[in-house]
Amino acid sequence: MLTIKNLQARVEEKEILKGLNFEVKPGEVHAIMGPNGSGKSTLASVLAGKEDYEITGGEIIFKEKNLLEMSPEVRAREGLFLAFQYPVEIPGVSNINFLKAALSEIRAYRGLPPLTAKEFLQLVNEKSKLVELDGQLTNRSLNEGFSGGEKKRNEIFQMAMLDPTLAILDETDSGLDIDALRIVANGVNAMRSPEKSFVVITHYQRLLDFIVPDFVHVLYKGKIVKSGTKELALELEERGYDWIKEEVEAQA
Amino acid sequence: METTIVNHKSKFLAIAEQTKSSLISALPLVVSEAQTALENLDIPTSRHEEWKYTRTTKLQNERFSIQKSSTASIDYRPFEALRLVFVNGVYNASLSDHEKIDGLSIRFDEEIKEQTLIGFDIASSSNFFEALQRATSTSALHIQAEKGAVIEKPIHIVHLIDAAQTLATPSIFVKVHQSASLEINESFISSDATASGLTIRQLWAQVDKNARLEYNKMQDENDLSYQMCLEDIQLADDAYSNFNTLTLNGGWVRNDLRIALNGKNIESNLSGFYLPRNKQLIDNHTKVDHRYPHCVSNELYKGILFDQSTGVFNGKVYVRKDAQKTNAYQNNANIIAGDQAVMNTKPELEIYADDVKCSHGTTTGQLDESAMWYLRSRGIGVDAARRLLTSAFINDVISKISNQQVAEFVIADLTEKNLLYV
Repeated sequence: MLTIKNLQARVEEKEILKGLNFEVKPGEVHAIMGPNGSGKSTLASVLAGKEDYEITGGEIIFKEKNLLEMSPEVRAREGLFLAFQYPVEIPGVSNINFLKAALSEIRAYRGLPPLTAKEFLQLVNEKSKLVELDGQLTNRSLNEGFSGGEKKRNEIFQMAMLDPTLAILDETDSGLDIDALRIVANGVNAMRSPEKSFVVITHYQRLLDFIVPDFVHVLYKGKIVKSGTKELALELEERGYDWIKEEVEAQA
Repeated sequence: METTIVNHKSKFLAIAEQTKSSLISALPLVVSEAQTALENLDIPTSRHEEWKYTRTTKLQNERFSIQKSSTASIDYRPFEALRLVFVNGVYNASLSDHEKIDGLSIRFDEEIKEQTLIGFDIASSSNFFEALQRATSTSALHIQAEKGAVIEKPIHIVHLIDAAQTLATPSIFVKVHQSASLEINESFISSDATASGLTIRQLWAQVDKNARLEYNKMQDENDLSYQMCLEDIQLADDAYSNFNTLTLNGGWVRNDLRIALNGKNIESNLSGFYLPRNKQLIDNHTKVDHRYPHCVSNELYKGILFDQSTGVFNGKVYVRKDAQKTNAYQNNANIIAGDQAVMNTKPELEIYADDVKCSHGTTTGQLDESAMWYLRSRGIGVDAARRLLTSAFINDVISKISNQQVAEFVIADLTEKNLLYV
């Protein structure tokens, strides 16, 4: 599904990703952890196509196509979704109109007819229940005045509506109370299938109790320096990152 | 240099002379006075403060003339209304509706008697173009809502230009008597991409005590056109007016909206949007004059400037010494969407009363890049994302249009022009 080889990226003059290798197969859930400033959010933004980053080397193959040649909107239409760490507030654009626009462009790209108004509303009803999002919120301006938890649930709602094959969750759990965390995790788990993959970027092991990953990776100084299974996350929670940093320095 | 200026001016003087000698002016009372004013005034240039960013050079090089009306039919009814049609600045009774409505009277040209114009300040002209309008007025229309008459049916004045190089200088008088209520919509359109000219439309409106006037002006002429709208609105005690200036298209557009709050407890709203493309120029000059206590004015103008277009906003608010307890708000927000687009904005508040609430704000920025990125990351293409953000930006101006059909027409028109996403 996704193959990243020797990826190097920088913002302005600062090298952030320094030869990152990573592979995701259909149906897998990968967690990426790591200390602050290791490049986790950069990886998420680069995958989704944010133009602030310059790719200086390496390649990303998504469903056998060169992802780096695609604009952000084409990546989304191809089935990639990024749940933002900080969802953007857009006053005056209603949540509903925004989703209608996104869904119709995605469907047109995939050669599917647009949904009828009735079908669309049914889908909204069904998916908003999944994340227990109040009907009021779906009609309001996009993310405007939403609480932190509502914004994150809205990200998962959008994900459910747009039905991606690869979803990247960028610290979706940060700052959530346990109820909101459970709702977000349930939304993700309901979407899990042998065809869909998830990359979950997080600081905290707690999320991984709810979304159980197949693999856990540690990103440090722009590279994946350690990979394991969910037990690695528990170990990181207990011991912190210093032992990993020492291991890396020892190898250098 | 001197001679060229004189030559440009003489072209306009010749038209005025012709109007006078053929006795075709719709404002015969003021023709002589206006002609004298015209001779004494110069065509404003960028040296005049009021015309600093709005160049008249191109306009001066054109050769305009007053055209005979030629259109036999007009198929333009975008919403339900009593339609009144001007073609090339001349009122066309046969294209206009004649439905009788209780409490409403409509008169044009010779039907307008001298005494019906009492109270309208038609004699003075403060600049060359105003004098030109009064000296040549191609037609006059007088709309009156009688005391206490609530006119449910909206009026729709349509100005059609269907010939090239047309000079159209219509005058419109509106009188809303005490406790009456009236809605007027006004459209400026061109029959095709080449029919153009200079329109100078003067509106004089009196809104009497406790009366209400809703006014939606929709400017949608082609890119070759020059258009000037001069508006003088007088409001009496307890009156209400809501004036929307909706500039959908136009090559060179200048609006001078002057509102005088001549009484207590008046509410006056004025809003507008402008979305110039290509090399279009759109200039909004407004003046809100608070003269008495306990009045409210709300002003909101928003613009998105594309391509190499130019925008001008100049908003004057006067709060005179006696106008205590005034609430006056002004906001002008702009987005520069074109690499070479320019916006010139200038709020001017003069406050002489000490117990007032006044605020003004002006912003000029770019389309929100983080919003663009967020929309694109959801599969929405650049063009649609821009249109979504444009819709969001001008939505609060559109929401000032109280007639739902008119608001829907405006949205549909902008959508067809690929400016909005709905």
